[in-house]
Amino acid sequence: MDNEPNIIAFCCHYCAFTAADLAGTMRQQYPPNLRIVRLPCSGKVDVNLILQAFVEGADGVMVAGCEIGSCHFIEGNKRAVKRVAYAKKLVEEAGVNPARLEMFHIAASQGPLFARTAHEFTEYIKKLDAEAAEVPLATAAVDGESA
Amino acid sequence: MIVAERKPFEEIYECVKRHRKVLLLGCGTCVTVCMAGGEKEVNVLANQLALAARDRGDDVEVMEHTITRQCDDEFFDEATMKKVAEVDAVVSMGCGVGVQFCAAKFGDTAIYPGLNTKFYGATLEQGVWAERCAGCGECVLGDFGGVCPVARCSKSLLNGPCGGSADGKCEVDPENVDCAWQLIYDRMERLGRLEELEENRPMKDWSTNRDGGPRTVTREDVKL
Repeated sequence: MDNEPNIIAFCCHYCAFTAADLAGTMRQQYPPNLRIVRLPCSGKVDVNLILQAFVEGADGVMVAGCEIGSCHFIEGNKRAVKRVAYAKKLVEEAGVNPARLEMFHIAASQGPLFARTAHEFTEYIKKLDAEAAEVPLATAAVDGESA
Repeated sequence: MIVAERKPFEEIYECVKRHRKVLLLGCGTCVTVCMAGGEKEVNVLANQLALAARDRGDDVEVMEHTITRQCDDEFFDEATMKKVAEVDAVVSMGCGVGVQFCAAKFGDTAIYPGLNTKFYGATLEQGVWAERCAGCGECVLGDFGGVCPVARCSKSLLNGPCGGSADGKCEVDPENVDCAWQLIYDRMERLGRLEELEENRPMKDWSTNRDGGPRTVTREDVKL
């Protein structure tokens, strides 16, 4: 499991979390790398929650809220979009590729979409990890040639 | 309140990386309200520094602490001073006043500012703060309907407006800056005091402003 990325998914109770549950009920598999943190609304997500996840070793963080226009708390998901955008800036300043953080909109009925998103995001993070790992390898090859 | 903005991350990191153990000291008053240097912002910066230090292979340990006010002696309690004694440097997340107060309090511990202090301002809406007072030392708001020509006119004109006023906006930044003199005129008209603006005001005594050097206010009756 060493090469498997750790992914934290902050999910809204009213949509993405229910969608994740539905995906399970529908026997749709999604990667076990994903750790779901249930929030009462995606608008509860805070830049510190996101930063903390990266500090504690997450390779990717996804925030999943309702579709625009269908937030249980009217506009919590719009706030989440803005916070994720700000958090991307903060993590980039700290040297983390901002692509490792992404916002998704998944309705409660979209179990298959949750499973697919989880797959795609996990694969994407694996690709980023592989690219990051290639950099020192490439440097080593250049050094080898010059020697 | 005093409004400030956090310094760019790289500028702070350059200071922090010179030390092994650093305390981020937040301030619970003005800069908490303007979301620049309170407990939460201290936490954000600590997380960013931890990520950056790991990414760059620097050995920096970051501690966090926030006190009620950095410009008052009484809030520098024993617990705070104990934390300061444990570190090589402090990043003050207070305004410029707080940073200097810390520098005076902390003796030989290095101190760095984490914020750029901007102005005395008001919250227009969540996330938007605007300058309202310039601390000139001799308030003239009573003569101008409660709109300050010193802080809000780009030229601090006491006999305005100038030719740069158009459609109620200031030529310096027509999109974001209202012409203070348009606001003064509108307000005085509403108060039925327009004729007062006909009088030319003599030159203001700027010696009560910064022009008279650093200022001190002393109240003998409340001194201990």
